[in-house]
Amino acid sequence: MPRLEGPVHFRAAGFAPKDRAWASAATLLGLLAMWQASASFGLIKSLFLPPPVAIATALWHLTVSGELWKHLSASLMRLFVGWTLGTVFGVGMGLAVGLWSALRSPGMAIVAALFPIPKIALVPLFIIWFGIGEGSKIATLAFGVFFPTVIATAGGVDNVARGLIRMGQSFGLSTGAIVRGIILPGALPAILSGFRVTTSIAIVLLVAAEMIGAERGIGAFVLSAGNLYDTDNLLAGIVVLSVLGLIVAWIIGRLERALLSWR
Amino acid sequence: MMGLRLILEQVSHAYRDLSVLDGITLTAAPGEVLVLVGPSGCGKSTLLGIMGGMLAATGGTVSVTGEVAADCLNPLTYVFQDFALLPWRSVAGNIDLVLRARLPKAERQARIAEVLALTNLTEFAGAWPRQLSGGMRQRVGIARALAVRPACLLMDEPLSALDAQTRDLLLDEFAAIIARAGTTTVYVTHNLKEAVRLGHQIVVLSRRPGRIRATVRIDRALTDRTARDPDLLVIGEELWRMIRDDAAAAERERVDAPA
Ligand SMILES: Nc1ncnc2c1ncn2[C@@H]1O[C@H](COP(=O)(O)OP(=O)(O)OP(=O)(O)O)[C@@H](O)[C@H]1O
Ligand SMILES: [Mg+2]
Repeated sequence: MPRLEGPVHFRAAGFAPKDRAWASAATLLGLLAMWQASASFGLIKSLFLPPPVAIATALWHLTVSGELWKHLSASLMRLFVGWTLGTVFGVGMGLAVGLWSALRSPGMAIVAALFPIPKIALVPLFIIWFGIGEGSKIATLAFGVFFPTVIATAGGVDNVARGLIRMGQSFGLSTGAIVRGIILPGALPAILSGFRVTTSIAIVLLVAAEMIGAERGIGAFVLSAGNLYDTDNLLAGIVVLSVLGLIVAWIIGRLERALLSWR
Repeated sequence: MMGLRLILEQVSHAYRDLSVLDGITLTAAPGEVLVLVGPSGCGKSTLLGIMGGMLAATGGTVSVTGEVAADCLNPLTYVFQDFALLPWRSVAGNIDLVLRARLPKAERQARIAEVLALTNLTEFAGAWPRQLSGGMRQRVGIARALAVRPACLLMDEPLSALDAQTRDLLLDEFAAIIARAGTTTVYVTHNLKEAVRLGHQIVVLSRRPGRIRATVRIDRALTDRTARDPDLLVIGEELWRMIRDDAAAAERERVDAPA
């Protein structure tokens, strides 16, 4: 019979990745430093890829001249209005689809048919419907945000434990009280993680829509800089978009922490 | 007299082709604890669901008669085996949910404080369910049920998710609470110790399709019993003899049944 002797070793290490904020920052800063260094030592031509310092300078000029704010404010307004519209209607439709059989199959059929359409392809149509101004851009965003929100919300509603809903019914709660007290909060984690997806989609669509017939907006600015091969300004615009994405993600993170503190 | 009488007449139930209950006729008198025992799968949960209006029986009638206190918000009230607490609401918030929209705020707070005191949870009013032990969670379930001042409590194996020590402690608490509140109670259990500790009327169901095999009455007040009373243990033995063969057969059936 084989003999076993000796201490028992700990073997449950790993598979538990930790978040380290300093490592994220260090990675980005390290990449920036390498980028700048390769430009400074002449390894990369500045038209080919402008160095960080040039981009920062361009950003600075854009900020002091008020040019940046002109474009950014137009973009933020579209982003806010378009995303909010898409989200409000999307959550409403997702709840309806998740709650009522009469709406479920028709709603999901519509979503399945329209979700895969690249919304950019519809921009000309939206321009005809809503005009070349703000209407078509906001519609593009709202439309793009609507479908993933429906899917996230309906999925969240489906995943609310049936036992909790039965509990509410057994206490004689009204439908409204069950939706407000049990279903919405139960679906909230799924809805909020949907926000992460839809805000990114919204930013992508925003830029695309602004590239088609807009004078103001980060997308329009990036496009005109690109047409002139003004790569400093082009990348400055892209940095603004990236920072915008980071800020939005941070806001959603805060929202999750505030609303889902029970987890 | 105050209190609700629950009357079942010839209640049958089938899930599609599977006949689960057959001709159940019984009455729970006001203030009485009716315990349902029987082998696994005999239809106890189904019967309780039918009693509480959570399931429509395929045959027979269920009715209630009697006077309900003016402050009763939900005459037939469940206590769930898996507690069914909302994880995103505190202990007090979980109770508040079922009172909301029916009582003014001050009255809600008074009731919450009262039932938390009754279930020894006052200190935990602000705690999240995940911070509580299983026994405490079930006490919250009890507190929530009592907060609506039910005329009839329906409990489906409320202790079965708990460990043996917690079960013994809560069993005595249940007995005290039920005796004090005087609500008609239907209590489903596998555990014959619980059955003789709480039951005024113990209904033994047969293997599926569940029929009433026997009814045992114990007239002693709940406050005058303990789970270790020798005569109650004897009754428990008797009940066990009645369901043992059925239980073994049900267990075999479960294992043998093709997937
Ligand atoms: N929703 C359902 N659909 C189909 N069959 C069901 C359903 N619920 C229960 N059954 C079947 O009905 C029978 C009775 O189930 P029930 O849950 O009432 O038994 P029980 O006496 O409570 O059992 P246990 O003691 O294990 O809790 C079982 O055979 C079960 O498989
Ligand atoms: Mg059961």
